[in-house]
Amino acid sequence: MRVLRCADSGLLLELDDPDGVLALYAALTSEELPGVTDLVPAARTLLLRLDPQRADVAEIERMVRAVHIDHVDHPEHAEGGELPDRGRVIVPVCYDGADLTEVARLTGLSERDVVHAHTTTEWTVAFGGFAPGFGYLVGGDGRLRVSRRSESRTRVPAGAVGLAGEFSGIYPRESPGGWQLIGRTDLRIWQVDRDPPALLRPGVRVRFEEVGP
Amino acid sequence: MTGSGDDSAGNRQYRKRSTGLEIVETGPLATLQDLGRPGLADIGVGVSGAADRGALRLANRLVGNDEAAAAVEVTLGGLAVRAGHAMTVAVTGAPCPITVDGRSEAVNSVLRLAAGTELRLGIPDRGLRSYLAVRGGIAVESVLGSRSTDVLAGVGPDKPTAGTVLPVGPAPTGSPVVEIAPVPAPGAGDIELPVVPGPRDDWFDDRALGTLLHEPYEVGIDSNRIGMRLIGPTLHRAGNAELPSEGMVAGALQVPPSGQPTLFLADHPVTGGYPVIAVLPAVSVDVAAQVRPGQRVRFRRAGQRLSRGRTR
Repeated sequence: MRVLRCADSGLLLELDDPDGVLALYAALTSEELPGVTDLVPAARTLLLRLDPQRADVAEIERMVRAVHIDHVDHPEHAEGGELPDRGRVIVPVCYDGADLTEVARLTGLSERDVVHAHTTTEWTVAFGGFAPGFGYLVGGDGRLRVSRRSESRTRVPAGAVGLAGEFSGIYPRESPGGWQLIGRTDLRIWQVDRDPPALLRPGVRVRFEEVGP
Repeated sequence: MTGSGDDSAGNRQYRKRSTGLEIVETGPLATLQDLGRPGLADIGVGVSGAADRGALRLANRLVGNDEAAAAVEVTLGGLAVRAGHAMTVAVTGAPCPITVDGRSEAVNSVLRLAAGTELRLGIPDRGLRSYLAVRGGIAVESVLGSRSTDVLAGVGPDKPTAGTVLPVGPAPTGSPVVEIAPVPAPGAGDIELPVVPGPRDDWFDDRALGTLLHEPYEVGIDSNRIGMRLIGPTLHRAGNAELPSEGMVAGALQVPPSGQPTLFLADHPVTGGYPVIAVLPAVSVDVAAQVRPGQRVRFRRAGQRLSRGRTR
């Protein structure tokens, strides 16, 4: 684990892979870390945002290293480290996305096989970040790894279901975006007046189901 | 721009009432801000809140509020409000000319408005953002625990417009303890901002950090609450690998492929996919939030004590 500082506002912890990030995120969620206001998990990093008035950066770094060593050396004794299971969401999808043909070409699969691969494996929300309610889903069929589009779209509609790298995701509202779009859902995945407002929080398992147009 | 019967969809959440703070004119941009909504990064919601947090805190302290109460953040002046009932207010941040029913008043001071009087903010000759706090705080309904409008995420109360009547909360038990706070005005010329290199300074070529620390950058016209666009010498990367998106902090200098840095402010994205060459210490983000488009900034390496910027 590399520890990088962001002035007095953050500690950026760099790990080997998303599993390492999630394990440390889960372990630190149950720790008392004075002055840490936010944990921001991402693909290879976990950012601890700090309140400079209250956080002793050196002390936080020492605590984080201790928790990390516990998990690497003694995973069987370490507490936490497993992302809490926050239940499962079924997402009905109409697979008529603008990039479905391109995804088939890039993966060497038929369009039907892309849909089959997307719907038969279970995904898990690893982290959020792109927009309120957006969840980066991991754990799906490894054959679906495709690069982002070379040009970002200025307007992706709400409910668009896409692929990028090892991730799948659903656009919570209309926004720009560069993911390969394979389908769309009517499910409201972000509603600010619902509690919790995001359906896709880290730890939620996701199953996609094909529905007609 | 005056209006009193505006009941458009955007204002539905503000209940009409005879008391409260009526917006007569907004100026170029007025939003409601408090200290934001920390703790929601895992569902993609950033902190947001006042761009100059020190100025918001000071405005609240002057009127005896909790420092975290919601106030009006005014960009480049131009705000006019009418007091629906007698109230105590204060204006901090960028020093605008202030009038109450035509009579001049001072920034950073406690002002008492009789019912029906009109408070006007002119255009500040330096600085960018002013804060109007009301004793009792602006009491619109909070969204996800905050009354801040996050312009990037689209979360928070609607922007007030002419005719909006903002509810004011009950007066706190504490009384204002000072009448005026001596605060240095934001600078008018080149602004010096301290930075700490990293977390991704090793993604840049050998000259990039030196360029950042020795050449001035001009603040672009398309700057906003999300970030400040900087125009100056290009910062080149050492390679062309792609950085997986990672968490961002306010004050981060993110460098997209163009090589022109963006300084992230209050409504910055929760994560970003371009490397951050350096970060401003937290207190200096307040200073940066007061720099106007067209003004120049000079970055220098922060000293041992990170917080040598403006303090209040």
